[in-house]
Parts: sequence; structure tokens; C-alpha cells
Amino acid sequence: MDSFPIDTDGGPQVIIELIYRLKVKDVMTTSVVTAAPDATMRAVQMLMRDHGITGVPIVDSGRLVGIVSIGDMIQALDTGAISEPAESRMTRSLIVLEDDMPLSFAVTYFNRYGYRRFPVLDRHGSLAGIVTAADVLRSLLIEMNHEVERLEAGIVRTEGSKTGSPSIHLSFPSHRFDFENAGKASAELKKALKSLGADATAIRRAAIVSYELEMNQVIHSVGGIMDFSMRDGIVTIVAKDEGPGIENLEEALTEGFSTANAWIRSLGFGAGLGLPNAKRSSDEFDIASKPGVGTTVTARIRFEEHA
Amino acid sequence: MNVSDLVSQFGFESLVRPSVDHPIVDAYTSDLLSDVMARAGEGSALITIQAHKNTVAVASLVGARAIILCNGRPAPDDMVEAATSEGIAICRTPMNQFEVSGMLYRSLRG
Repeated sequence: MDSFPIDTDGGPQVIIELIYRLKVKDVMTTSVVTAAPDATMRAVQMLMRDHGITGVPIVDSGRLVGIVSIGDMIQALDTGAISEPAESRMTRSLIVLEDDMPLSFAVTYFNRYGYRRFPVLDRHGSLAGIVTAADVLRSLLIEMNHEVERLEAGIVRTEGSKTGSPSIHLSFPSHRFDFENAGKASAELKKALKSLGADATAIRRAAIVSYELEMNQVIHSVGGIMDFSMRDGIVTIVAKDEGPGIENLEEALTEGFSTANAWIRSLGFGAGLGLPNAKRSSDEFDIASKPGVGTTVTARIRFEEHA
Repeated sequence: MNVSDLVSQFGFESLVRPSVDHPIVDAYTSDLLSDVMARAGEGSALITIQAHKNTVAVASLVGARAIILCNGRPAPDDMVEAATSEGIAICRTPMNQFEVSGMLYRSLRG
């Protein structure tokens, strides 16, 4: 493999986010086979053979001083230097990564320098691990799988409208008592608004509205759909559930009124603040409910786009 | 004050320590997550006994940087995982919310 076909500047946003969110320490191997400077090249060769590796960092009391590669080994064999200490044959000028660097650095380094592995140092300069191209590929594939699952779950449609202003439509199912996934829809809404360059206040308000409505579906309904559309500086949140419906809307919108049980309350929800919170954070708020049928809440929040 | 000061300055036990040491500009004390949603500010530390995954979701949505669990409440694994992936710190202390609030108040507003 000559290089990673990944554009670290202008690739798809999902990938860019990925390679900046993941750190080198998330992908590196921490159990590194090392040798001391006075180990013979023969001993290093044994290490390579026994562990099936092609490079051995040479470490002097925790500090990386060089690396013996297959190339160094072949040269040592060629020149009859196999009994010499590693420090006399190792490559000393090393390119290293730091464990806190984003993965994008590793991708760039592999593409730029053509080495097959990079030692990784921690913030104190000690050897923390080693990164091979295979490590990077494995982590990227795992994370890309997660991202694809996430995108599929969200049924994302981004369409450039005729006016040129982008619009995004997302929708997420919610399930009764599924606290595990509650908040996911709101997190995705937040991301989408960020990608549109919406102002921070509007993003926060929209996230509050969405999260409260999402929690209401999880706590009170048999399940439903959270639907978001963003277009022309307005985000429309439609929370539609399949029942059981609200008996008295006026009560439901009164701060402090709640039908939640003790278990829900012990989690910090069900204090009768949800719907009033959602309403207060919306520019437009409409709720329609029919006992035995279901509840639909439509909320709109205006946002400013800073492209 | 930074997230790391919660451990170094106040001696709280660190359960999740994000790689970026964000500044903490405010704090909010509440066990009602809807109340947190409505009122906690961006860059806050959240002082609470609500030790579960949804606390992380709420903290993330309002832009809180740290969750301080009081009364030595244990943090379940899925909460720790969620906080790690969201880059939100979790600290724990045997002190109660009143005591922690007092300490942070003195440091942030005193």
C-alpha cells in the first residue's frame, strides 16, 4: 500500500470528524516489543522472528533512542555486523507521533514519510506505543462502520434546494423506556445544526426542545418518531407518538404537573418541567393529542446561519 | 479554573478525564435533569447525585464540561463510556452537593 486514500483536508465531513476525534492513542498498540541499546542485532532479529514484527524500538530507561527496522537488519546481515549492539546499527533519526495527536496526523505521516510504523511518545517523551498502518486501517474501519450505522438509523437526506440554501432532514424512532438510546436524536440534531453553521443559542434551544420531547416519548408513550427538518433558518421538530395520548393538555403544560412514577423521578425526570421547558425554548409550539390515539408536538426554532 | 483543577485543587476522585482540559466558567447544582437542561450554562460543572448515562446526555446538550458526583455515588460503566466518548469529565467525592457547591462558588465567584 502506497498511501491512505483519505483526504485529511477536504474529504467527507463524517470522515474528517472521525480522524480528528480519534486520537493516536485510541489506535496504537501499547504492548510494544522493545530492546535495550546494548542488545545484539542477533537478539533483535530473534525478537522480530518470535513476535512476527518488522521493527523493534530501542529503549533506554523508558526513552526511545532509535528503531531497528528490517532494512537495518538486512544491512547488518550483509555486512557481518549481526553481533554488534543494536545502538550501533539502529536508525537514529526518527519520526514520532504523540499519543494526543488526532488520527489525521498519523494518516498524513504515513502518506508523507512512507514508513510502515511510527513510535508514539506520551507527553513526557516516553515510549507509549507503536502505530502500524494496519492499526490505523482497523480502527478506521470499525469507526466507519459505526458512522454508517448511525447515518442509516437517521435516514439522512441532505438536499440542496433551488435557492442554494441547504436543508437537512433527519428522523429517529424512539421506544418506551429505552433510556439507553434516549438523547441520541438530540445529539444528531445538534450536530446537524452545527454543520449548517447555526448560532450557539439556537442550537442549545433546539437541543433542549428535542431532548425534552424525546424523553417524553421514552417515559410516557408507547414509542414514536422524532423528526427534524432544517431549512431557511428554521428548524422544525415534530415529535409524534403512537399513544396513549394526553387526557388534559392544560395540566400537562403546567409546570410541576407530572404523571411520572417514582422510578422515573429517581432518574431526575418526571418533575413536570419537560413540556413547559420545551415550550419556553421554542419560537412556535403546538401540541395536539387524542387519548387512545397519540400525541404530536410541533416546535419551531429560528436560527442564524453563519456559513 | 480548569477541569483538571477539580482533581488537583479540590481533591475529587477522577473517573473520566478527557484529553482536552477545558476551562470551567460556572457551575450548576441540581438533581433534576430537566432543570439542568433549562438553566445550566455552557462550560459549567454539574454538581449532582444523578449517576447514570442520561446525565451525560444532558451535560453534553447544555455544553457542561464536568459532572461532579456527590455522596460517593458509583458511576455505572455505560455512564463512564458515554462521558469518555463525549469528552466530559466525571469526578466523584464523598461530600454532598451543598459542600461541593460552596467550594466551587468560592473559587468561581468568591
